[in-house]
Amino acid sequence: MDFVQSFPAISILLCLFAGIISSGLKGKAARYMNTVLILTVTVLSACTLLYTLGTGESYVYVMGKFPAPWGNEIRVGVLESFMALFFCIIMLLSLFGGMKKLTEEVEEGKVFLYYVLTNLLLSSLLALIYTNDLFTAYVFVEINTIAACGLIMIRQNGRTIEAAARYMIMSLLGSGMLLMGICMLYDLTGHLLMSNISEQVALLAASGEYRIPLLVTIALMSVGLAIKSALFPFHAWLPDAYGYSTVSSAAILSSLVSKGYIFLLIKIIYRVIGFEIFDNSRIIDVLFVFGLMGMIFGSLSAIKENDIRRMIAYSSVAQIGYIYMGIGMGTAAGMSASVFHILSHAATKSLLFIAAIGLTDVSGGSRKFVDLTGAAYRNKWAGVAFTVGSLSMVGVPLFSGFISKLLFAQAAVQNNGKMLPALIVLGISTILNAIYFMKTVIRIYTPANGTGSCVTFRSMKLYAVTLVCFIVLNIILGVSSQPVVDLIEQGLAMFS
Amino acid sequence: MSKLRPQKEYEKTWAFRFFRWLSGSKDPYVGEVEMKPQRETIVPESTILERMNESQMIRDKVYDIEHNKGLSFFHKVYVASAILFCVVLVGLLLYTVSYLPKTGSADRPVNNEVSERYIESGLQETGAVNIVSGMILTYRAFDTFGETNVLFIATCCVMILLMVDDAVLKKQEAQNDRRFEPKNDTILQGTAFVLCPIIFIFGIYVVLNGHLSPGGGFSGGAILGAGLILYVSAYGFKRTQKFFNEQIYKVAKITALCMYGIIGSYFYITGANGIENHIPLGTPGHILSSGIILPINVCVGLEVACTMYAFYALFRRGGL
Repeated sequence: MDFVQSFPAISILLCLFAGIISSGLKGKAARYMNTVLILTVTVLSACTLLYTLGTGESYVYVMGKFPAPWGNEIRVGVLESFMALFFCIIMLLSLFGGMKKLTEEVEEGKVFLYYVLTNLLLSSLLALIYTNDLFTAYVFVEINTIAACGLIMIRQNGRTIEAAARYMIMSLLGSGMLLMGICMLYDLTGHLLMSNISEQVALLAASGEYRIPLLVTIALMSVGLAIKSALFPFHAWLPDAYGYSTVSSAAILSSLVSKGYIFLLIKIIYRVIGFEIFDNSRIIDVLFVFGLMGMIFGSLSAIKENDIRRMIAYSSVAQIGYIYMGIGMGTAAGMSASVFHILSHAATKSLLFIAAIGLTDVSGGSRKFVDLTGAAYRNKWAGVAFTVGSLSMVGVPLFSGFISKLLFAQAAVQNNGKMLPALIVLGISTILNAIYFMKTVIRIYTPANGTGSCVTFRSMKLYAVTLVCFIVLNIILGVSSQPVVDLIEQGLAMFS
Repeated sequence: MSKLRPQKEYEKTWAFRFFRWLSGSKDPYVGEVEMKPQRETIVPESTILERMNESQMIRDKVYDIEHNKGLSFFHKVYVASAILFCVVLVGLLLYTVSYLPKTGSADRPVNNEVSERYIESGLQETGAVNIVSGMILTYRAFDTFGETNVLFIATCCVMILLMVDDAVLKKQEAQNDRRFEPKNDTILQGTAFVLCPIIFIFGIYVVLNGHLSPGGGFSGGAILGAGLILYVSAYGFKRTQKFFNEQIYKVAKITALCMYGIIGSYFYITGANGIENHIPLGTPGHILSSGIILPINVCVGLEVACTMYAFYALFRRGGL
């Protein structure tokens, strides 16, 4: 066995160790440790990606000396290592972009706890990506949920604590449903390892035995993970949680935490239930319909909003709707469009959150649109970055959002039954997106009568560099999308 | 021949105290327990009214419950649909359960090669007489490491919420602690004096015997934590801090988790690469046996005890 094959397991364990050790450090040391850790994990994931691309097949890594149905396993393929790499980059950039805000908004004695939480969050994300065992997935979903609550409430004001309580209640409901689904699946198949379950489920589906429990299990798992990733009717916790927490938390939550759950769902669809069986169940249509509704209602709520952070948060609801619509199409093309949108939304939404904080800072801390007039002149970097993010969200060519919309449209055209609703809602949603994002861009570029102070590059070097990195990432995804799409398709093919 | 003792010497003996207590001439607790009548805190009526006013105003002006027909209708619909949702979910789940494989029958899917190997060769492969310990700490050791980290991150979140960082506030909290309760409750202290050692010894026994008998790190750690909580409620934080303060808590927690992590990583990585790990399994049934299970149980026990105590201390006064 090659040494590179141990890298995923090592990176999960490194994150856990870093979390444990930084609970004994001071804020600054914890921050350095966190940065070094994320860079290391990025390098390790890149090596794994190159290795899997080189061999062209996935491999299973046994955690301990007991093989498949008895012990824990992780599974590494092209898509998994690519996701890990991408998530690490986004997390690093989000933390850099919000670092200054973090020191202002979090009590000094509690800063180290923030890095404990981010380290453990990264470990749980990696475990959710790599795991080949449903129960391991559940354990790390727990870590993920608790860490996310902590990230929301570490900025202590009334709204965040309320938001964290809401998030916890909704998220625990989702976890409970997922756990019940796992229990039932264990009862029906007698296994917890994904590959063994999928064999048994295929047998059960072929014989027609236990049809109803299997259907309910699929429903419980999909709905549980949909609640956790804020699909439309379950999104009530989202605007407050993203809108009032400190900016790094908002970026991490919107672009990584919810995406981790969606990735787990995709993994369950392919590796546990089996794509065919999931496609034949009616649950997939439910996800499709709620995805469509989310695309419209999320955008409508965003248009009504008068607070820039909450507007971006509501826009997340719409984008999660896109992803579920892609999953709901039940074709390979739809699925790879969804995975691409996970990437593009992660890159864009964190950019928007971080750019918005720069705009509100030069407007006296106010988040109302009236006060934001001319903010882009006062903070030029944030203005440009926000514009790029908005254009990408609306789906203008050159940026990543365009490619994901194109892929969704292509997937819809190939699908007979769901073509019309998907295309119509895609069109409406694009127009609605354009309404609220362009409204904001026009607002921030309307000259104001000399209020507020300008900020210079010198006072915000790290922030500006982060924004540039985000913009570059966005344009790379938008311009040279074909390699990424090929990679996703190759990875999804490895799943089954 | 018995010798008549002088009165003064006799008064020191237990017999004298016992007969004095029997005849009712002196109650040993009177005068020793601090049973001061508690001062009633008088809240001025105006502040209550003010507080009431505020909530009343929210009801009257902001939501205008009396006149806002739509809102009151929405509340009713909300409650009704919440109840309906719960009933439907419960019904659906019960309906599903009736289709699941019957409990206790031999041909359930759960009775397959997985549990067979756990039961039949668990003893040889893990060296643990307690199969459950062997299963969660050897076969599925990675899950349990995650589970221990759940406890750790939960403490971190409670710290974020409740830890008092400001020095002035910290002092205030320490003074406020137990203001309305008797400080040195003799009954509680007497009970704790007897019970705490027994609880600690029992907890240590449960942790160390995790691989031999029912128990293990999680349950033993909970017992240890309960003992610590009893001690601190009887004797107060000052005496507890002599042997368990924030520094020791941090060191214990980090050492326990890191030890677990190091043992675990060694086990996972050697196992995955097919390298022989040099952890002796020992003779099953002996106290020093079963490879990695014993040290991991000790680590988990420490971590759980720390977590329990930290929760109590953080909720009581916002710091250890």
